[in-house]
Amino acid sequence: MELRTDLTLISKWITENSHVLDLGCGDGTLLVHLRDVRSVTGYGVEIDDNNIVSCVQAGVNVIHTDLNHGLSDFSDDSFDYVVMTQAIQTILQPDILLMEMLRVGQQGIVTFPNFGHWRARLSLFFGGVMPISRALPSKWYETGNIHLCTLQDFEELCYQLDIEVLQRAVVDTKHCTSWFMRLLPNVFGEIAVYRLRSKPVKRILPR
Amino acid sequence: MPDILPPDCVGLVTAKTSKFDKTPLSLDCGRSLSSYELVYETYGTLNKDHSNAILICHALSSDHHAAGYYSMQDKKPGWWESCIGPGKPIDTNRFFVVCPNNLGGCKGSTGPNSTNPDTNKPYGPDFPIITVRDWVKSQARLADMLGISQWLAVIGGSLGGMQALQWAIDYPKHLRNCVIIAAAPKLTAQNIAFNEVARQAILTDPDFHDGHYYQYNTVPKQGLMLARMLGHITYLSEASMRDKFGRELREGKLNFGFDVEFQVESYLRYQGRSFVDRFDANTYLLMTKALDYFDPAKEHDNSLSKALTNVMAKFLVISFTSDWRFSSARSREMVKALLDNKKDVSYTEVTSHDGHDAFLMPIPHFIQVFKAYMQNTE
Repeated sequence: MELRTDLTLISKWITENSHVLDLGCGDGTLLVHLRDVRSVTGYGVEIDDNNIVSCVQAGVNVIHTDLNHGLSDFSDDSFDYVVMTQAIQTILQPDILLMEMLRVGQQGIVTFPNFGHWRARLSLFFGGVMPISRALPSKWYETGNIHLCTLQDFEELCYQLDIEVLQRAVVDTKHCTSWFMRLLPNVFGEIAVYRLRSKPVKRILPR
Repeated sequence: MPDILPPDCVGLVTAKTSKFDKTPLSLDCGRSLSSYELVYETYGTLNKDHSNAILICHALSSDHHAAGYYSMQDKKPGWWESCIGPGKPIDTNRFFVVCPNNLGGCKGSTGPNSTNPDTNKPYGPDFPIITVRDWVKSQARLADMLGISQWLAVIGGSLGGMQALQWAIDYPKHLRNCVIIAAAPKLTAQNIAFNEVARQAILTDPDFHDGHYYQYNTVPKQGLMLARMLGHITYLSEASMRDKFGRELREGKLNFGFDVEFQVESYLRYQGRSFVDRFDANTYLLMTKALDYFDPAKEHDNSLSKALTNVMAKFLVISFTSDWRFSSARSREMVKALLDNKKDVSYTEVTSHDGHDAFLMPIPHFIQVFKAYMQNTE
């Protein structure tokens, strides 16, 4: 089975035998892949009944949780990676969830559709309508994406939250990257993939 | 019962009884039982290497009759017919299922209404108070007797789920999977309060005779009935009661009296009365005490995470949205303790209006998850 664009990239970033929490894990595809290829252990977090059944069928540990209620079931630093693919834009308070991710995990991996992509810009600028694209397929009134952002927006938030960007990749929906995406990621990248951690400086702040 | 047994029913079943009198069973209360009997039912076939056995632990007022019918005249099948049978989550084409009646019960296993060999009279109130841990110990002896060294799964709902959890703690190597449904790691003060009211109803019934009512050829009917009525209210949800009864009147008009007027009153009285015919008041007292005492975290600095450090089974935990007796938050406490220990666990909260009793109902998402999990068990 072919993995979704961002999942292929993520699985390369995750080291073997690590313990992973996958927020909004869907049918468990990433965790199955990580388990089989990287000997990874961990849990998926899901809210959709059908996805939960699919995870259980696939032998993936899944915990029924509403991400809008935080990650209170998970203890500090209990995972090597906390992954959230294509879900941050659907969360009520993405800033709080980002901090929660880096509370329970050593590192966070986040992917989201880039609203700064040139097609989105053109659509809004010339068409005067909310963009619809391969990465953003729903109409404005039926989309679950309530907190869309650009790469620049996201990095600004990370800066404010004392979050360090360890690695960044921008790809299109076919998981290809190119020199122009690397040159102007916020214009040509369709999907952004970030690897993050809390800045160590946070821990030596004066009392 | 239906004229023809449906293909997903285990069919006609008979109970078996085993006697245990080689070694006394020492109990948490400090006393011991030198000999006792357990009555149980089995469904399906034990395979050659005895690796397909599943233990079903029952809840407060149920028994060993979990599936099938005793005769073609039976009105109702066993209490978990929705989940046990060919093609059902606990698939009897694949698994060998064992369901015992708990010690202290009143359906055939040794309990307060059994004859005390020392006095040749019914035990009555002299029957020792049994804990969840004692039950698990007695079930482990049954497993030995059946030649089952490791259960493929131990499964239970409500008080049965507590036994499954205790199994995983006390005998970590003796089960590969643990399925805990609509349960809690301990009772809340509110839970204990409900149990206390139920017990007071029984204890203060003039026919209770300090538990020796057998000798007076009577039963504390009123007390047991009240206890059951109260319990029943807590097993349902506000929404399910509204759906079932609303404010419907039995005779379509108010009678300005204290007899049964609303349908819900009639239903509760019926539930209470029929319970008196099938259940023993001393057993009811014992079972509620076992519930109240259950708290495996207590001897681990009140940390459930510590209590679950050594468990080896994989877990499936299921709760129901409208269950306020054992709410989802209580299931999540168990899930969190398992997560803290990096144990294999899946958890789902099933949307349902059926309250605590939902675990007995064939709710699609519940059945799907349960079935998917059981299909993956080895």
